[in-house]
Amino acid sequence: MAAQPWAPACPLSALKARAEMLRAVRAFFDAREVMEVQTAALAARGATDPAIASIAADDGRVLQTSPEHQMKRLLAAGAPSIYQIGPAFRAGEAGRWHNPEFTMLEWYRLGFDAPALMDEVAALVDVLLGAAAYDRRAYASLVGVPAAQLDACADDALDLRVAEALAEMPAGRVFITDYPARQAALARVSGPVAARFELVVDGVEVANGYHELQDAAVLRQRMLRDNVTRLERGLPEAPLDEALLAAHEHGLPDCAGVAVGLDRLLALQQGASSLAEVMPFPADRA
Amino acid sequence: MATYSTNQFRAGLKVLLEGDPCSILENEFVKPGKGQAFNRVKFRNLKTGRVWERTFKSGETIESADVVESDMEYIYTDGDFWHFMKTDGSYEQVAASAEVVANAVDWLTEQGAYAVTLWNGEPISVTPPNFVELEVTTTDPGLKGDTAQGGSKPATLSTGASIKVPLFVNVGDMLRIDTRTGEYVSRVKA
Repeated sequence: MAAQPWAPACPLSALKARAEMLRAVRAFFDAREVMEVQTAALAARGATDPAIASIAADDGRVLQTSPEHQMKRLLAAGAPSIYQIGPAFRAGEAGRWHNPEFTMLEWYRLGFDAPALMDEVAALVDVLLGAAAYDRRAYASLVGVPAAQLDACADDALDLRVAEALAEMPAGRVFITDYPARQAALARVSGPVAARFELVVDGVEVANGYHELQDAAVLRQRMLRDNVTRLERGLPEAPLDEALLAAHEHGLPDCAGVAVGLDRLLALQQGASSLAEVMPFPADRA
Repeated sequence: MATYSTNQFRAGLKVLLEGDPCSILENEFVKPGKGQAFNRVKFRNLKTGRVWERTFKSGETIESADVVESDMEYIYTDGDFWHFMKTDGSYEQVAASAEVVANAVDWLTEQGAYAVTLWNGEPISVTPPNFVELEVTTTDPGLKGDTAQGGSKPATLSTGASIKVPLFVNVGDMLRIDTRTGEYVSRVKA
């Protein structure tokens, strides 16, 4: 079937596994009384993160690279703990473990900190992939640089060390913690480290989570700094999402949030060596 | 000289890496969650045959290498160089050093057809056809009737190559050889 250009790239068994995974995720959050939500995939503003490129529509609006901004606006408006399963879009990301459109599971837990959310991520992954042990490794040990010297390292050199460390990582589940403060993204920072974590399964990054930054002024500074970095790298400036900033000024509750790449989890569950093996219509076929 | 960006990298592309001509084998896009994108690329060094792995920042460029593969006929050796002639009608000749013909020298027969890899017009490697037919010049006398399985003995071929052959093979026999493994395949009728 897959040889025909009209036919899905993955076997029908992968579609069945995907349906079962979606059912299991919803059952997991139902049991924990986390509410499912849907936000807009196409919105006026996107992320400023210089490492993330969004896809713009003709009218200037952008396909969301994650539902984070709008989910935080819901939390600021008084929503309880919420989750969302939906498409996320990233320009130029195509490869064995990347597709420009992919399925993201993102959730926010009121009153959780990063360790509490890591425990919940592990519980979900145990449901989907079977139970296993989880290691925890600090970012500094992953890249092989003493924590005190991380500030002196160039970002691209650190990113390269991360990519290489993941490629060399043996099979297993590892939480990477204690990201350097300047890689906090939208996580809160205490001292030199950010309350940010990632989960790596068999060398593949599957989750990125934060104990969420609340302070609107700090968020604005980080977005402005992102745009300085964008200009340095010859990238277009990303207009700030004033609606998110206003929501933070109104007040984001104390919460932790995480995004999980569901296609990657499905590929790992199915023993596949690429996303294309579990997606009916990856980019070259969609 | 043309350059290629990482997003143009694909298997078979010929590029210059650390001064050596290489062929791209694999190009994998890797990107840490919030970090910059990289391409992990595997190359075959066309001079040494070794596989190299390098990581590039996405968007980086490398120079293309003027590498072409040309069908050529082996003519002769003067002891220092092995001379080949293009079969495209140009009769153009190139001289390959011992180092360049090292992988093919056991399978070179005059007027035989070979694939010669040229970098900036100079030969850097010679690939023989998968199968060649060569005459046995020395081997122990054959055992009559022993065409069944079992047993082998050394034999020297007209090119000087030594291989293992079945016991029934005699001096003067033409043999079909798999050049990829250097193994005897069959006897061919002269």
